[in-house]
Amino acid sequence: VDRLSDTTTETPALPGDALREGIIEDLRSAIGAQLLDTHLVPQRDLWVRVASEAWVAAATALKSQGFEYFCFLSAIDWLPSPYGKGEDDPSAPPEEPSPDKGAVKQGYTGGATRFQMLARVTDIRRHVGVTLKADVPDSLSMPTWIQVYAGANWHERETHEMFGIGFDGHPDLRHIYLPGEFEGFPMRKDFPLLSRMVKPWPGIVDVEPMPGGDDEEETVAES
Amino acid sequence: MTVANERQQLSYIAAQAADARLNVELETEGMTLNIGPQHPATHGTLRIIARLDGEQVVWAEPVAGYMHRGYEKLTEVRTFPQVTTLINRIDWLGSFANEVPFILAAEQLMGIEAPPRAQHIRTILFELSRIANVGLFLGDLGVQLGAITPVFLAFRDREYVLNLIEGATGGRFHPNFDRIGGLKDDLPAGWIDETRQVMRKLRRFCDEIEDLLFGNEIFQTRTRGVGIIPADVAKSYGLSGANLRASGVDWDLRRDQSLPMAWDKVEFKVWTHPDGDSWARCWVRLQETREATKIVEQLLDTLPAGPIMAKVPRIIKVPEGEAWVATENPLGEMGYYVVSKGDLGPFRVKIRSASFNNISISPWLLRGVYVPDIITILASLYFILGDIDR
Repeated sequence: VDRLSDTTTETPALPGDALREGIIEDLRSAIGAQLLDTHLVPQRDLWVRVASEAWVAAATALKSQGFEYFCFLSAIDWLPSPYGKGEDDPSAPPEEPSPDKGAVKQGYTGGATRFQMLARVTDIRRHVGVTLKADVPDSLSMPTWIQVYAGANWHERETHEMFGIGFDGHPDLRHIYLPGEFEGFPMRKDFPLLSRMVKPWPGIVDVEPMPGGDDEEETVAES
Repeated sequence: MTVANERQQLSYIAAQAADARLNVELETEGMTLNIGPQHPATHGTLRIIARLDGEQVVWAEPVAGYMHRGYEKLTEVRTFPQVTTLINRIDWLGSFANEVPFILAAEQLMGIEAPPRAQHIRTILFELSRIANVGLFLGDLGVQLGAITPVFLAFRDREYVLNLIEGATGGRFHPNFDRIGGLKDDLPAGWIDETRQVMRKLRRFCDEIEDLLFGNEIFQTRTRGVGIIPADVAKSYGLSGANLRASGVDWDLRRDQSLPMAWDKVEFKVWTHPDGDSWARCWVRLQETREATKIVEQLLDTLPAGPIMAKVPRIIKVPEGEAWVATENPLGEMGYYVVSKGDLGPFRVKIRSASFNNISISPWLLRGVYVPDIITILASLYFILGDIDR
């Protein structure tokens, strides 16, 4: 048994920002202007946003660079929930009606559409990961990643049933979790969570101010 | 792939091809075999539909979703501290380990870090979850292959670990102990000595299992060369944890990324195996359980003094931003992609659970195997249904 086994003890060097910038350059040389935006949090992580037409090309380019490990694939609905959270901070002043209320606002690396693809791949040799994003066009259809990463199969099925995003070239977009006849796409923000609508969440007490409490002064020291 | 691996795979394929030819000669009819959802070999409610030709699987498809609870949606209507109650129930055998990456992601967005003592205790409880989880796997493995004794040993010795977790956190299965900024409580008196004793017991348990199960010829025959996953396939399916390391990929998030946890303060080996078969996956898990006991002991030796909670406001609002934090959980890479809009609760949480990826390889892996090998392969892939269905 010991002869067959292989053990390692040395800790490899962790990736630096120079490596992450190199990854951006490599990706830019592969897909050019289709690389729309990047976001680098120093010493932490890297986000890139690619054009939806280059969704597969970006994955292929990354895989050929060594990003062979498929981590996950999903989507984000950036629409603010029309139902609220049912547990807004009761100590906060009543909200002013503002012109951008209800407007779609994307996170890191920006974007222009309500739905965005979100995926992550990892380079096991260089110990670095990249989060990819892409705007989902209004046709709600994206090309599939299965030819590049076989593991994307189930993730795309899940994204399809939860967000209603189609994947061109996917062999089998059956539901994984939901019953076959289920209507609607539960992870969309405009899909109501019925149990929350019929009964307010009792956990609201967690965020109510203490009588005579001095919450305002107790702020985070480090931030 | 190594030579040993290729030779095993070729002999396996040759044996299957010979059987397939025999099936054609005998004109056996195909049949559809339904395993589960209520079958002991499925660890919960996973259903497997297998199309058989004689004793061989033509194709097989796992059907998940009998236990889908929609945690990703539910996190959107909870505050950040309330989310840990939900995510405790993803991988219910190693609950504490589920909480850690989410809390780390929230802390990362808030720009705070737990004090060193809290980081240490977190890592200790994390490794205890691993022992409780994988310890049960080592016993359960025997049951699925027809050996009853190991599961009694596993339940006996897992009880010690659950008692420790209960002693520290108050909860046997769902501790809900991790807080943004630290931990709920410090360790109780006498816990450290007790833990040292239990770690010695657990190493003895690993030795017992190694002699009893891994030394058993039937077990070896049923697992060696069965369900071989080459390294490149494992990576493209996103297999993680022992499943990936058993395919010879040297990748462990405890060592290969920097997190505010205490793994960089201890010495441990990352065990890999070149074969990629069911045997290798089980063997790597056995070594990892041993390694985890050593990690816990080293952490107990170097436990720093100090507070267990950083200064955080009572009402926690997480600043706007996005964070991805993954850790090496008992089942593999478990990560949370947290999007915050500066509210009390997260805007979107993508839960990347290890078992979802680990089981998604099964249609590829089960093609062409024999019926008893379905059980071996599923047992060695090791999934928890809560971790698939979330």
